[in-house]
Amino acid sequence: MVSARQAVASSQPAKDRIKLGVRDLSIHYGSEAALEGVSFEIREHEIFGIIGPANAGKTSFLKAVNRMDMFNTNMSVKGEIKFNGLDISKVRNVYGLRRRIGVVFPLPVGLPLSVYDNVALAPRLAGQKNRADLDVIVERCLQRAALWDEVKDRLDSLGSMLSGGQQQRLTIARALSQEPELLMLDEFSIAVDPVTTMRIEDVLKELKSEITIILVTNLVQQARRLADRTAFFLEGECLDVGVTEDLFTGEVSDPRTRDYVEGRFG
Amino acid sequence: MFEATRLNKKNLAKQNGVRLLLGGMTGILILPVILILGTLIYKGGPMISFEFLFATPTNGMTAGGIFPALLGTVLLVIVALLASVPLGVAAAIYLSEYAPDNWSTRAINLAIINLAGVPSIVHALFGVGAFVIFFKFGTSILAASLTLAIMTLPVVIVATRESLQAVPMAFREACWNMGATRWQTIRRVVLPNAVTGILTGVILEVSRTAGETAPIMFTGAAFFLPLLPQGVFDQTMALSLHLFVVSTQVPGMPEALPYGVALVLISMVLLMNSLSIGLRMYLRGKKKW
Repeated sequence: MVSARQAVASSQPAKDRIKLGVRDLSIHYGSEAALEGVSFEIREHEIFGIIGPANAGKTSFLKAVNRMDMFNTNMSVKGEIKFNGLDISKVRNVYGLRRRIGVVFPLPVGLPLSVYDNVALAPRLAGQKNRADLDVIVERCLQRAALWDEVKDRLDSLGSMLSGGQQQRLTIARALSQEPELLMLDEFSIAVDPVTTMRIEDVLKELKSEITIILVTNLVQQARRLADRTAFFLEGECLDVGVTEDLFTGEVSDPRTRDYVEGRFG
Repeated sequence: MFEATRLNKKNLAKQNGVRLLLGGMTGILILPVILILGTLIYKGGPMISFEFLFATPTNGMTAGGIFPALLGTVLLVIVALLASVPLGVAAAIYLSEYAPDNWSTRAINLAIINLAGVPSIVHALFGVGAFVIFFKFGTSILAASLTLAIMTLPVVIVATRESLQAVPMAFREACWNMGATRWQTIRRVVLPNAVTGILTGVILEVSRTAGETAPIMFTGAAFFLPLLPQGVFDQTMALSLHLFVVSTQVPGMPEALPYGVALVLISMVLLMNSLSIGLRMYLRGKKKW
């Protein structure tokens, strides 16, 4: 016997199911607003781009999704973010929530642990102790982050000693080791060379079949290459959300969106 | 093509003048250190022997060795460390990693800095009131060590807090974003990278503790004791007080003896300091980011 709700949920194609629902979200630092009343939806198995100039509230949005306001008394979040239909402000076990969400920062953060320990950290935090299982996870995540071939012979060397581009892929491997349902990348290509960037972009396209990805980027062409749908943030407002190509060639709800993607400001 | 202009020459002259001045100041600074060490080694060096280090004083302290004082100082330092290190490190972790940035945290930090500025004689009187009289420890190793511990707590707290804060915030954030609790983050990422600084602080504390005289004079250190201490509730002799006694209180003292005691005391402190520097260099070689 299937309940009505379950029937609806399973009859919907997985592609259109909503992973993250954002309604009326405002973020303030003290009295200063970083984001004011934005609403949009992110669907399962899509790459959702967020573009916009500095100070648009892109990073603040990612912090709010991961409940990082808990560590910053100055940051206040109002409105609603629903992850898998659950209001995250009501989630008691925020650690469990964060484990389902992987984050990659603009500048690579190789923790001062060995390459192996960097990738094994998240599984270990989650209680995984079996060395053989950890070996499998570490190898798989490094493979997927396109780093395995370069580091497989020096898994014991310090992660913080890798080159910038390698560290960024290490960070991605670390995020993947959480087996996240949602991967949030914040301008991941800032410190990475173009060749590596393309390799990571290919990885993201592959990952899309398994997880949902939020891609915050300064490069509008990167959003165009990767994102199925894209939001344009400007000074704390979300001016446009839609199929990425529409932002470039279709109809936009705010003329400033077209100006931005065509490089006329910002 | 690159001829010096008048301005170039003037700048160069100034630069040389300033370097000479700063170098000279540094020279003046190390002069007392060299003089003190030189005098002590010259006058006290001949005193140092196995017997001097490991025998008890005889003939009203004018002959024999300094073993009870040496042992006493070591005991005082160990007990003081046992009390102050766990307390100081725990407080510093709380202040740096958990405490919200509000007025009460700032007040506590201010209080700790002020504690470091309290003269040692005031600590001594506090020790008499609190440990000797109120807690009824009597004049004992325990009372003296606890007084020393309280006096040196700020050193441990400040050193620990600074080395914790030297660990980049990005490391913590990366960890929190993975779903780690604050304690998991401290345990796995912050503490392993701060341990160098913490150890340095502890060793500096040791050298400070070993040299103090005032706080132990009224709380547990004795002028002269015929027997070695049997437990923490006994009184003890201590190097710093022994130095004070043999240089000012005993008539007919051979001139070299106080220099010998001073040399042993300063060697202990310098040994601790070089241990701290060596440890720091070794651990820094292992830590990289």
